[in-house]
Amino acid sequence: MTYIVGTIQPKKHSQVYWLFSDSWVLIQRSLKHIFKNPDQLLGLTIQPVMFMLLFRYVFGGAISTGGTSYVNFLVAGILVQSVAFGSLTTSLSVATDLQKGLIDRLKSLPIAAWGVMMGHVTADLVRNIIQAIILILVGLLVGFRPLASLLDWVAILGIVLIFTFAISWVAAIMGLLAKSIEAVQWMGFFLVFPLTFASAAFAPTSTMPWALRVFAENQPVTHVIESIRALMNGLPVGNHAFFAVGWCLLITALAIPVATRLFRQHTGR
Amino acid sequence: MTETFAIQLCNISKSFQGNKVLDGVNLKVKKGTILALLGPNGAGKTTTIRILSTLLKADGGEAFVNGFEVSRYSKKVRENIGLTGQYAAVDEFLSGRENLEMMGRLYHLGAKESKQRAHELLEQFSLTEAASRSVKTYSGGMRRRLDLAASLVATPPVLFLDEPTTGLDPRSRLAMWDVIEKLVEAKVTILLTTQYLEEADQLADEIAVLDSGKIIAQGTANELKAKVGKERLEIVVHEKSSFKKAVEILNIEAVEVDESRRSISISTEGSVGEIRRLLDKMEQAGIEVEGLNLHKPTLDDVFLRLTGHKTEQEREHIDS
Ligand SMILES: Nc1ncnc2c1ncn2[C@@H]1O[C@H](COP(=O)(O)OP(=O)(O)OP(=O)(O)O)[C@@H](O)[C@H]1O
Ligand SMILES: [Mg+2]
Repeated sequence: MTYIVGTIQPKKHSQVYWLFSDSWVLIQRSLKHIFKNPDQLLGLTIQPVMFMLLFRYVFGGAISTGGTSYVNFLVAGILVQSVAFGSLTTSLSVATDLQKGLIDRLKSLPIAAWGVMMGHVTADLVRNIIQAIILILVGLLVGFRPLASLLDWVAILGIVLIFTFAISWVAAIMGLLAKSIEAVQWMGFFLVFPLTFASAAFAPTSTMPWALRVFAENQPVTHVIESIRALMNGLPVGNHAFFAVGWCLLITALAIPVATRLFRQHTGR
Repeated sequence: MTETFAIQLCNISKSFQGNKVLDGVNLKVKKGTILALLGPNGAGKTTTIRILSTLLKADGGEAFVNGFEVSRYSKKVRENIGLTGQYAAVDEFLSGRENLEMMGRLYHLGAKESKQRAHELLEQFSLTEAASRSVKTYSGGMRRRLDLAASLVATPPVLFLDEPTTGLDPRSRLAMWDVIEKLVEAKVTILLTTQYLEEADQLADEIAVLDSGKIIAQGTANELKAKVGKERLEIVVHEKSSFKKAVEILNIEAVEVDESRRSISISTEGSVGEIRRLLDKMEQAGIEVEGLNLHKPTLDDVFLRLTGHKTEQEREHIDS
């Protein structure tokens, strides 16, 4: 009774079949990580909740948002910020796989190993949805009164997903470039911090100094926030949605080939 | 395309940032045999394995695995190999069983079959009890076993094992040897690296010694041993004060000098006449000899002679 040598032969299917099958296996792996690592999900959720309470009760009183209440203004900003930070999990996961040598093992298999990045990005999508729901529920507790229709919510979900997808691929690039797992932390911070704070997340851009204002009003995160904010409050979205989706698609279209290329070239341990 | 060799390296070279790590490596491994690649730290063992398993491109030369050139037919090569790297490459968050099932799926065994294979391997590697725990909670030896199991999910014809027993306790090491021997019985070709000569001696059909990016010797354990002379004579000097003088006298013939033990080893024919001649020399110089020890050369002697370094094992031995 020797089991050392397997007798099971690999199955025969088309290449396309295996592309989907392999990706699905790797996606399942990353999804399992979400629930096997509840500390991470908790950490990612608690931070934006704290931010929400901080801005709602501490700074909020000093920020004028015109017609809408400050909570109604704030939720979109916090949501997008938390989604952006959440997407950085992909950097961490990719860097960990590289450091721990798991990618070596996957690359020695006859599969398209970059599916491992697809897995992490997909996990980000799921994790961000969970995070967003918790955040909105907390918002409702502290006075958030959305005016969105069901269709509006569907649109919000769509924007959150497209945005997550785009940042996660950028995050994958950072994970591939990082020399260590520690480096990932500050790289992500440098990307997401300016994009989310120099934006319309916490205060209207109209009070910002000129240069900052030009940046804040035109960068992708602001468009994403403004679209979601308008949808939540039943206001006209204007061309924000157009720019938001456009930016996200552009970023994704650039990031995927770069990430794939870097992945192939990677020769580290 | 040679049928008799499962692994072939022809003049492979590789540099990292101008630092030449492999400098024209030539190596052949016959189908169904096991070759141990032996070398000190930094010799280029891992680099060689990474090139053969398509993880790294060589700068020059050609390498073949089961007849497929590694850089041009990398996909074909990957269908023919299993790899256990130097560092355990398993998913920390998943359980042992989930890891093996995932590998089965990625080796395209199918969902049901992957489950079955995972079950078999967990049993084979005594991991059944820990199968449902996440790998984070595994000990180093358990990880290593899981790691080896993962490369056996599909039993490819060629297996690369990079220091498979480093960090294992003696019992697990023996178990690993057992597994490797079974694999060879099943006609799997294995290239393994090790720093333990005893391991190479025990397991391998052939041994290749890699040092500073070159294969400096290749052959069976006995062939290599024969290279360093017939017998080893160790002379232990009684007094520390006369040790230096003894070294001077025996200098030409000495192959190893160990001051702390006041011992000098030399390579000899082992004849009584020769030993007497040496002892006479010592006596004339007024050096008192405490003990003599005649033995066949070990692979450690071979290693030392060929590379000028001590092996890891000996270093550990001396440190302790
Ligand atoms: N990606 C890399 N970048 C730069 N240098 C590298 C890289 N990989 C290996 N090296 C260098 O190549 C040399 C050989 O490394 P290698 O890992 O092949 O040695 P080894 O024989 O496996 O050693 P050990 O017994 O310590 O595992 C070392 O000097 C190492 O620093
Ligand atoms: Mg090594």
